[in-house]
Amino acid sequence: MSTKKNIYFCTKFRIVNRQVIMQFTRALFFLAVLVLIQPVFLTASGHAEHASDSTESTQVANQEPAQEGMSMKQEIKAHIQHHLQDGHDFHLYTDTETNTHVGFPLLVILLDDGIQVFSSSRFHHGESVAESNGNFYALHHGKVYKTDAAGTFEMHDGHVHNEKPLDFSITKNVFSIMAFALILILLFTGAARSYKKSLVPSGSARFLEPLIIFVRDEIAIPNIGEKHYKRFMSYLLTVFFFIWLVNLFGLTPLGINVTNSISVTFALAVMTFVITQFSGKKEYWKHIFWMPGVPVPMKILLAPIELLGVFIKPFALLIRLYANITAGHIVLMSLIGLMFIFHSWIGSTLSFGLSVFISFIELLVAALQAYIFTMLTALYFGSAVAEHEDH
Amino acid sequence: MEIPAIVGAGLVVIGVGIGIGRIGGSAMDAIARQPEATNKIQTAMLIAAALIEGIGFAALFAV
Repeated sequence: MSTKKNIYFCTKFRIVNRQVIMQFTRALFFLAVLVLIQPVFLTASGHAEHASDSTESTQVANQEPAQEGMSMKQEIKAHIQHHLQDGHDFHLYTDTETNTHVGFPLLVILLDDGIQVFSSSRFHHGESVAESNGNFYALHHGKVYKTDAAGTFEMHDGHVHNEKPLDFSITKNVFSIMAFALILILLFTGAARSYKKSLVPSGSARFLEPLIIFVRDEIAIPNIGEKHYKRFMSYLLTVFFFIWLVNLFGLTPLGINVTNSISVTFALAVMTFVITQFSGKKEYWKHIFWMPGVPVPMKILLAPIELLGVFIKPFALLIRLYANITAGHIVLMSLIGLMFIFHSWIGSTLSFGLSVFISFIELLVAALQAYIFTMLTALYFGSAVAEHEDH
Repeated sequence: MEIPAIVGAGLVVIGVGIGIGRIGGSAMDAIARQPEATNKIQTAMLIAAALIEGIGFAALFAV
């Protein structure tokens, strides 16, 4: 009897297991295809026309040097720099021969003489001057400047000295953050709803449950402790899934790289900092300013260093995430650029293979950075709420 | 003769490489000695490596 039952369970488990593995391989295959498509997209040269109104704009007087005049290396460098920057429009690719851009515009919101709101299609990818309520604006290296009708920049030793309006635009990063926030809300409310019906997870919960349990059992409980971890779980889960999702989408051909922007990682680190300081208990502050068990001259010497450490910790957090993702993107794009520099059968094939390999490494780094950010955040929270009875 | 800043950054990166290499190697030894403590060792290894990595990035961004 019992052996029969065992066999039954075994087969059932195997079927369920196979389904899970099938789903997992399908997801992996999807990701792999996305990563593989990336180099193809970068070389793609379609002939799509960019639809936009050119009635209200005039040509910028001092344009960037024509793209034909640039060498291959300079072009690749410019391309990488453009990729790392936040932009006022979603830019998928440019056909340099016909000078057409493929992408879609976003909203520009400027605080200058009241609020100026217009579509970024008026900039024509930085080639034209945009007019709004009698004011003229032009783009220079992705930043908005106030200009005259002809769009002249006052250049002094390589720097633009035009007036800069306060820019509250929905840029590429802002748009992506909103989109990802919406995706996360939908995924997690869906998962939460499925638990109201039955305790067996269904839908998105089937995929999210092991990850949530991983964050709880491997990150929150060991670092914060059984007593206090529940208060911080919502923040830790949000940070983990946000960074992971954003990093993964940074590898798709959409050209989104939210964690590439130091402002985004700065905001994340500031949140961690504020939560740590406000949940700091008596013991936490005591260990910073008047640590027990240390002679008094040493206490006076150590207190400023400890105080500095309070600020260095979140600073290291923001630099780590920003630098890792930026470095990964630069390496990946440089390897793709090498294909065009080698311009030979063997060299290009090698760098193509290498770029695919680095893409897979980046998939790992995307998850690893989310894990490390969450882990260190939990560590700081843990130190803030720790109670040292053993002193 | 002036030494360019990038040389200093290179030296820092060598130091960071040695540091992370030592952490990884020691973690390997520890896991081989106590395979049942793999999870704890990996966590500690990643935290230490991440902290050292931060110094490397600081050097690279100072250039």
